[in-house]
Amino acid sequence: MTEIRPLAADDTIRQALDDSAQAQLDALTAEVAEDPSRLGRTFPAAARRTGRGPLAGADDVLLEDAVRVSLVQTAARSLDPEALLAELREVYRYGDNDEKRAVLHALSGAPDDVDGTDLLLDALRTNDTRLVAAAMGPHSDRLDDDSWRQGVLKCLFTGVPVASVTGLARRADRELAEMVQRYRREREAAGRDVPLDVQVVLDACAASPEHHPEQDQHQQEDS
Amino acid sequence: MRIFDPHIHMTSRTTDDYEAMYASGVRALVEPAFWLGQPRTTVGSFTDYFDALVGWERFRASQFGIAHHCTIALNPKEANDPRCAEVLDVLPRYLAKDGVVAVGEVGFDSMTVEEEKAFVRQLELAVEFELPAMVHTPHRDKEQGTRRTLELVTESGLAPGMVVVDHLNEVTVDQVDEAGCWMGFSIYPDTKMDEHRMVAILQRRGLDRVLVNSAADWGRSDPLKTSKTGAAMLEAGFSADDVDRVLWRNPIEFFGQSGRLLVDPDLADDGSAGADASATFEGNSILRGSRD
Repeated sequence: MTEIRPLAADDTIRQALDDSAQAQLDALTAEVAEDPSRLGRTFPAAARRTGRGPLAGADDVLLEDAVRVSLVQTAARSLDPEALLAELREVYRYGDNDEKRAVLHALSGAPDDVDGTDLLLDALRTNDTRLVAAAMGPHSDRLDDDSWRQGVLKCLFTGVPVASVTGLARRADRELAEMVQRYRREREAAGRDVPLDVQVVLDACAASPEHHPEQDQHQQEDS
Repeated sequence: MRIFDPHIHMTSRTTDDYEAMYASGVRALVEPAFWLGQPRTTVGSFTDYFDALVGWERFRASQFGIAHHCTIALNPKEANDPRCAEVLDVLPRYLAKDGVVAVGEVGFDSMTVEEEKAFVRQLELAVEFELPAMVHTPHRDKEQGTRRTLELVTESGLAPGMVVVDHLNEVTVDQVDEAGCWMGFSIYPDTKMDEHRMVAILQRRGLDRVLVNSAADWGRSDPLKTSKTGAAMLEAGFSADDVDRVLWRNPIEFFGQSGRLLVDPDLADDGSAGADASATFEGNSILRGSRD
């Protein structure tokens, strides 16, 4: 009943698996198709039963993530948005960080009526850069402005490339620019390198429709 | 020298330790779930700890080029607290995970009825999840504790080769050896076992089924005792291949039985392949000292 966008095409995933791993994927998929509440049981073993590592034919996608999102996609077909979200929360709560990351990727391909904001906020409280990066994907559109800006700043702080932040050009605003400039001043005062991504974010802020010219003036006076 | 430390509590160690361990040759380790020094009082305290073992600590180790595995269990000491015993019900969730390579540490601390009940139940879980078991032997009355441990292992139906009995010494090694279980030795600055006594045991009974660990934790302990044991073996005339067998191939063989290892077993001797340090050293929060 709920459609989840896969992380990689089914063909791409299957090409990365040998016959025995494909049979394992079929078995896992059939288990979840028959009973979507088995998702939490299939998630932990999904990587060791199929494979892991960079997925050939897809940019910056791990095979284990693609397999797990595909299992979510199968489960979601027989779950309404609320039931899907309940299932994903459970899987995330008891998942290791690889499983948690896959849940975040699944949310990134979820329709508007699936709101996993609470899971994104949990991920953004961690210092695991893989979780932080996944949390700032497409689902981060649901974050309120304060949380989203803190997420961008956390990316700069922990070295997550801001290229992985969804909506930077659209949502970057004056307030974010001020936060990032304060961060830059702190780095400079300490004699430390300023990450190149700092300028990327500032440029996005300057070009953003959220960034009003009269505020620009004010900002220059401030600094 | 490539080293797999089969028993070390990294949650209690610093990033300096991770760096020194990597420099000494450590490329993989197992962190058994255990007591934190301060007794826990709720199940939630355990689940947060288990989450850290399969989450944050695994990530932290990866920043230093070390593959982190863990074992999950209700430890013997806290098995005596009825507020903690319910944690047995949540163990199956964790025992299904990648990188969880054994049920452990289980066993005896004070040889109580409650400890035995938790021990037996967790040996059943090891059978059910097809995992090895890591058994802690008591600090007090070790010989009797080891004897009862081996009786329970036999009754559980778990193959002896799927069991490591840890913290052994000269008095307890032979009964474990005869039972066909793996023998774990914790090399400590003052207590348990030291590297030269370890070498003497290896000279006497050979390298089969021996695991050498630092068991470093929050007490006085040394995370580099594995490499120091390797050096002591070389000094005593063991070959580099013997050292590799004890410090790398043996733990790979034992924990490999879980099917859950997250390290390349054929990692080059100089550690040049398999470790993902180059991929993760950059841009992480720890190495830059950033903390939220």
